[in-house]
Amino acid sequence: MALLQIAEPGESPAPHQQKLAVGIDLGTTNSLVATVRSGLSTVISDELGRPLLPSVVHYHADGSSEVGYEAQSRQAIDPRNVIASVKRFMGRGIRDIAHRESMPYEFEDAPGMVRLRTAAGVKSPVEISADILRTLRVRAEASLGGQLVGAVITVPAYFDDAQRQATKDAAKLAGLSVLRLLNEPTAAAIAYGLDNAAEGVYAVYDLGGGTFDISILNLSKGVFEVMSTGGDSALGGDDFDQRIFCWILEAAKLKPLSIEDARLLLTCAREAKEYLTPHGVAPITARLNSGEVVDLKLTTEIFTEISQTLVAKTIQPVKKALRDAALSVADVKGVVMVGGATRMPQIQRAVGAFFKQEPLNNLDPDKVVALGAAMQANLLAGNRAAGDDWLLLDVIPLSLGLETMGGLVEKIIPRNSTIPIARAQAFTTFRDGQTALAVHVVQGERELVSDCRSLARFELRGIPPMVAGAARIRVAFQVDADGLLAVSARETTAGVEANIVVKPSYGLSDDEIASMLKDSMAHTKDDALRRALKEAQVEAQRLIEAVQSALKSDGDLLTNEQRARIEDAIAKLQTTALGENRRHITLAMDDLEGETKEFAARRMDKSIRRAFAGKNIDELASSPDSSKSLEEPA
Amino acid sequence: MDFNADHFTLFGLPRIFSVDPLALDKRYREIQAQVHPDRFVQAGDGERRLSLQWATRVNEAYQTLKKPLSRAQYLLHLSGHEVDAENNTAMPSEFLMEQMEWREAVAEARTACEQDELEQLHQRVRQRMNTRYEQLADLLDVQHDYPLAADRVRRLMFLEKLLLDIDDAVASLEA
Repeated sequence: MALLQIAEPGESPAPHQQKLAVGIDLGTTNSLVATVRSGLSTVISDELGRPLLPSVVHYHADGSSEVGYEAQSRQAIDPRNVIASVKRFMGRGIRDIAHRESMPYEFEDAPGMVRLRTAAGVKSPVEISADILRTLRVRAEASLGGQLVGAVITVPAYFDDAQRQATKDAAKLAGLSVLRLLNEPTAAAIAYGLDNAAEGVYAVYDLGGGTFDISILNLSKGVFEVMSTGGDSALGGDDFDQRIFCWILEAAKLKPLSIEDARLLLTCAREAKEYLTPHGVAPITARLNSGEVVDLKLTTEIFTEISQTLVAKTIQPVKKALRDAALSVADVKGVVMVGGATRMPQIQRAVGAFFKQEPLNNLDPDKVVALGAAMQANLLAGNRAAGDDWLLLDVIPLSLGLETMGGLVEKIIPRNSTIPIARAQAFTTFRDGQTALAVHVVQGERELVSDCRSLARFELRGIPPMVAGAARIRVAFQVDADGLLAVSARETTAGVEANIVVKPSYGLSDDEIASMLKDSMAHTKDDALRRALKEAQVEAQRLIEAVQSALKSDGDLLTNEQRARIEDAIAKLQTTALGENRRHITLAMDDLEGETKEFAARRMDKSIRRAFAGKNIDELASSPDSSKSLEEPA
Repeated sequence: MDFNADHFTLFGLPRIFSVDPLALDKRYREIQAQVHPDRFVQAGDGERRLSLQWATRVNEAYQTLKKPLSRAQYLLHLSGHEVDAENNTAMPSEFLMEQMEWREAVAEARTACEQDELEQLHQRVRQRMNTRYEQLADLLDVQHDYPLAADRVRRLMFLEKLLLDIDDAVASLEA
């Protein structure tokens, strides 16, 4: 009889070829990290067995910080330096933040994104989120026993470009390689769909701590196709706490509160909300620093009444999403509930009444997003066996456009377009002899620029002087599979080109990220240089494996000489990767990339030909559509 | 004429207006399963870029062929009969009168907050369009009367816009 091998506790039981990849749900209230072990998606708990990590960071004067339960327990004691719900500030300017005056934080208006003044210095929401992500990365690496090849990070489907970019920056800052940004409801649909072998049209209703998403998906034979999505990126469980908080102030007739007392009552409000769901009545008692005593009873009836408008606010995007998908309630086979806030009975009732069916609650609403993200990470890392895979087709939530004369928006890519997508549009000059053109990229559904989110501004210079209307400027938008936009503009007669990856208005520059990385190094035990070297080595290994497997399956596409050159470059990279010089590794990787460029193109042709099953496509593959030609992203 | 790069060829489907929607969906998914960036996360930069370009192209082709209006416009473009709506604004007066009436009905229902009325209007316009698309299929696939088909497509563009306006009106009532 063969003996079964049992790994030591804490040691990875996975075979060595399994690549370590995780899914991370970076939530407003709580965050989680999950991975696929022995074919099963599981949440990785902390050393005390707790699966959730409260998305709360406590900053100290010596520059150090704590993340999670400990930080959360200090909220009422040190409200200014304990930052909760930072997700609400991601990619946001100071004026975008609702209820700013009732928050205990010291905001600082900065170009692009708001900053928070803490005892440990001024922090951007990206840095604070990175502290949360770093804690999860360390937890996962300790549990899995090795460095991660990458992570799938989830974002609300309704996040705009600035919020997505900020999330990706935070992951980079936390030392994570992002395999993909994945929409939260889509992640939930993967977890639900694969577990239940679901087929048909499903709605995912995702009410998190600070964001609301609704996605309508068509699930069929291993394809998850998002048909439409909608939501509100500033509506969530936090707002229900806020309603209870306001009710307490009124019912207990309290005088204006200190920030410590306000924080204390907000915590009471959240606890009462959670207690109410299973119990029907929640006592609220507190002794404030001011000496006042609060002693109230919150009933389900009162809570339903004071939160009625919030519930109604979630139904409106649901209707819109159905309309965008050209579907009606009768077409929806099931409604998957996601997010802790969907436990509230008034939400369950409202969703059930709207869809005329009982919502599906058979997955833990706190964990389902992380579990789905882990499954996707496992797939993207290449751990799945052939045949055991699926295809995800997601959409962008908000239209992308440009400002034209008069402050109007010209939409280039409409909302709910399947990504990746590219569109180009021709524009012209307004004045005689005009030599420069301001390009202002916006996102949103409204007709006026001032009602949409400004994503970036850039200038195209060097247009040859012509009469007004004679120049032809082609502006091309490319949205990648992460839902991130790149824009390029070209004057077609003189060939003047300007390229940008949309970032400046609300994102961080690469310099800012570099300086944040340096700051964070000073305060974490992480040896960043060591880590960067390790990362380069992992990347090199990844590339070598990818090329080797390509040689194995498609080596016949190469001449002997080409093959020898590639093998030579592989050998060089292998040797370099054993060394300690990160720059040399990067250069050797560039060399291998260069040698395989032609090979890559031939392999892609072959893939497509395979999908065509022998149709006449030789000419097709080499002559892309001329009317909608693609601009290469910068 | 160069046939090779058109969207129909990409999906291996006959170049007609009455495409088989199930076959289109199937081909789209088969090709996307080969080229999608999710398949190339672990690949080198070159392959990742190619994958992005191909997946984008396949999405574009699918979106164009999926919706009947854009499919008709595309077919006309391929046959050298551009719809060119911007330079063909002259429409028969009875058609324009009818459009005015529709629009007034929408505006009235919107002011009176009659959501049911708006949804009925939506249904009626949708039905009208379906009939027109059947006629268009005959013009394009059987009679090959492209100039007349182009005129019908221009009319359908009006109706399509009307439908969007009705949806906007419904959305504004819900807000």
